[in-house]
Amino acid sequence: MNAATTTSAWRDLIRKPFFWGIVAIVALLALNVLKDPGYLAISINPNNGNLVGNLIDILRQAAPIMMIAIGMSLVIATAGIDLSVGSLMAVSGAVSMEFLKNVGDSSSAGVALAAVGLSLLITGILGAVNGVLVAYVGLQPFIATLVLMLAGRGVAKVITGGQNTAATNDPYRWIANGYVIGVPVVFILALGIVLAVGWVVRRSALGLMIEAIGINPKASRMAGIKPRGLLMTAYILSGVLAGVAGIMSVGSVMTVDISRTGYQLELDAILAVVIGGASLMGGKFSLSGAFVGALLIATLDKTVLYLGVSSSATPAFKAIVIILICLLQSERVRAWFQGRRKTIIAPRVETAKEEVTA
Amino acid sequence: MTEELPIVQMQGISIEFPGVKALDNVDFRLFQGEVHALMGENGAGKSTLIKALTGVYRIDSGSIAVVGQERSFTGTGDAQDAGISTVYQEVNLAPNLSIGENVMLGHEIHGLFGINWRATHRAATEALARLGLEHLDTHKPLSTLSIAVQQLVAISRAMAIKAKVLILDEPTSSLDAAEVEGLFAIMRSLRDQGVAILFVSHFLDQIYAISDRLTVLRNGQYEGEYLTRDLDRHALISKMIGKDLDALKSLGGNRRTSPRTADEAPLLSASGIARRGSVEATDIDIRPGEVVGFAGLLGSGRTELARLLYGADRPDEGTISLKGRRTEIKSPADGLAKRIAFSTENRRDEGIIGDLTVRENIILAVQAERGWARPIPRREQDAIVEKYISALNVRPADPNRMIRNLSGGNQQKVLLGRWLATEPELLILDEPTRGIDVGAKAEIQEAVAELAEGGVAVVFVSSELEEVVRLSERIVVLKDHRKIGEIQNGPGVTAQEIVDIIAAHGTDAAADDLGDVEGALPDTIAETTAESDMTAEQGAR
Repeated sequence: MNAATTTSAWRDLIRKPFFWGIVAIVALLALNVLKDPGYLAISINPNNGNLVGNLIDILRQAAPIMMIAIGMSLVIATAGIDLSVGSLMAVSGAVSMEFLKNVGDSSSAGVALAAVGLSLLITGILGAVNGVLVAYVGLQPFIATLVLMLAGRGVAKVITGGQNTAATNDPYRWIANGYVIGVPVVFILALGIVLAVGWVVRRSALGLMIEAIGINPKASRMAGIKPRGLLMTAYILSGVLAGVAGIMSVGSVMTVDISRTGYQLELDAILAVVIGGASLMGGKFSLSGAFVGALLIATLDKTVLYLGVSSSATPAFKAIVIILICLLQSERVRAWFQGRRKTIIAPRVETAKEEVTA
Repeated sequence: MTEELPIVQMQGISIEFPGVKALDNVDFRLFQGEVHALMGENGAGKSTLIKALTGVYRIDSGSIAVVGQERSFTGTGDAQDAGISTVYQEVNLAPNLSIGENVMLGHEIHGLFGINWRATHRAATEALARLGLEHLDTHKPLSTLSIAVQQLVAISRAMAIKAKVLILDEPTSSLDAAEVEGLFAIMRSLRDQGVAILFVSHFLDQIYAISDRLTVLRNGQYEGEYLTRDLDRHALISKMIGKDLDALKSLGGNRRTSPRTADEAPLLSASGIARRGSVEATDIDIRPGEVVGFAGLLGSGRTELARLLYGADRPDEGTISLKGRRTEIKSPADGLAKRIAFSTENRRDEGIIGDLTVRENIILAVQAERGWARPIPRREQDAIVEKYISALNVRPADPNRMIRNLSGGNQQKVLLGRWLATEPELLILDEPTRGIDVGAKAEIQEAVAELAEGGVAVVFVSSELEEVVRLSERIVVLKDHRKIGEIQNGPGVTAQEIVDIIAAHGTDAAADDLGDVEGALPDTIAETTAESDMTAEQGAR
């Protein structure tokens, strides 16, 4: 590798929309290191060989956000939005916990698999409800998914009979808390799913056609694309991925908290997508961008805790970081900065202009 | 009249958009107390000129003077301050506000304690009274009024700011004959009050009924200014359509002269197809390897008829047979599956997917037909893309460039490539050469001739009659949403002949024209989008 290819690779990276997300992650980590020089250290737990450290915690926390952010990416690419993912996480957790509690076999992997399957089936169906409302009924995605955002927690409550159901099942718990060769299962799973979705979307023509309907629905129709199937696919996928996120989220404590599980996480997912450089107007999307966005949000959450920002100031701190990133991404702000640099020579031109008009 | 100082004087106006010169050194003047019609076909630059005058666009060169004072508009507010008021064809009012609020919006009368509503409504009533609308209750919501009256309220609103210049951009497109008469009466009275009115309409009869003077634009260039009474209908159409000598020279003799035998089995046969408000019952046969031209002015139904043949719109009545078998074309996807392809006149809104690459745009229709689960392998993509980029001479020949960064002509070639890649048996081209430079024009015309040679049936829709005559074997002439004739092309046929047919039909059916005004709504909407497509701007409406 010579110097030229290094610079061009570097330039490509800078031009990626999620570049500033990466910068922000590094900056946040640096902030943490300032407070505690040993922040980044990863050690091996001598008892079981698992990796331990703050970075590992961040990866674990990022996993559920990655799931919903990936689904959200596809939905946003169709020029839609899915507000229901947070509530669907609660539904997914409620289905799993209730199932595990009623079956009761606390060591059976088969039971855990059945719980996972049932949860994903139900959230997939709810995702399909969103899809039908958008693609066939023609509701605005915001309204269509708002319905389930509000009703979803009610559904979860009905499933658990109003309780915050807890259950025990070791294989299920392993999904959220287990390790494989020292690395958290939940992160491996998340990474695998991101790669798999990315592979399907980019290897098939799904990504291309979703982008096409997101960019110009009229022209896409004239080119023979039928939007309904694509919209259904996007919303069902988003529902199923929210189900996965719900399993990851309740698995670590083996309790579903109807009002807290996945609470407001739809906003984190939207933010992750935006940080990843996608436009809420639809069109071009980047799953790697959403991946970086989810990592950033997890890092941010962790940093807020670690720095001991008081809980009342937490939202403001988060907001400031996110606004900064969005500003850095904005073409207009960048153009403005570039314009400022040029104004050093500009005044002369302006005076000349004034003379002409006067 | 010509002695006095024009109230608006635009000189040497040029506006350039990426890839197209929308206006090229255009002059325009408007006098106090006249109704001045701005004429031209799609993409001639009418809308762009109006937007330059109303401050929506900045001019690249030239000057605008209002009442002798040179102005430089940086926004619509500047133009309003200069006394220029505009009423667009789609009513730009807030239907949920009251009539009075709409008239006075932004000009409410303020008293000691905020807005004095009573005085505001009184002023609104006065403004409405100027147009003979004093009977309206200004407290009622605007949405209770018919579209025609809303249009008049929009004019009142324009007049409430004491406009010296009133621009009416296709105000008649959604009005019926009686309403048009009412509007004209008001326009005349405003004119007599000294207001200068700039009027745009696609209905020639209306132009002759109301305008004193007209300016003709063609392909973004100034064609001339005439007193309406000095220019007959015939001459006006010729001026609007004009001739593109360069294109003529670069392409000769592609036209077939030997007539086909009528008994040759048609590929597509439509009988009595009609769609309410856009196409009246029409029969048409298209044979393999034949180029059928659709000729007619804007709003004649040429685009609407073409859309029915593809499934972009569905006919309310009539039947379509393909290869002798009766069928229905339910959607564009269905049309493509039946080996029909349709290239839209509205390149920006219905053609290109701007943020996708040239490669993606070319393979899109083929991919749509296969479904997303069966992606076209990269090697096959490359083959398709390379084939059409080189066959159609797309420049730059870079398949990974965003299509929106190409010039209009090259975008059109990419789209043509998209449709050819589906290997259609019937290719419908709606204005494939509009708004593109002469070189690209000739290349596209050549491609059409070659296709027909290879057995593809082509429907060629164009507002440039010369082009239709040059390419087509048979010409279907449309006017006022119906087919008024069909000409077998031959050595003696010229564009003039078609103009004659349309003009002759126009004088005979002048009375009908006004009756058809209502139905013209879809055409005029198509026109707006089409023209803005040509100038590649984001719609300001």
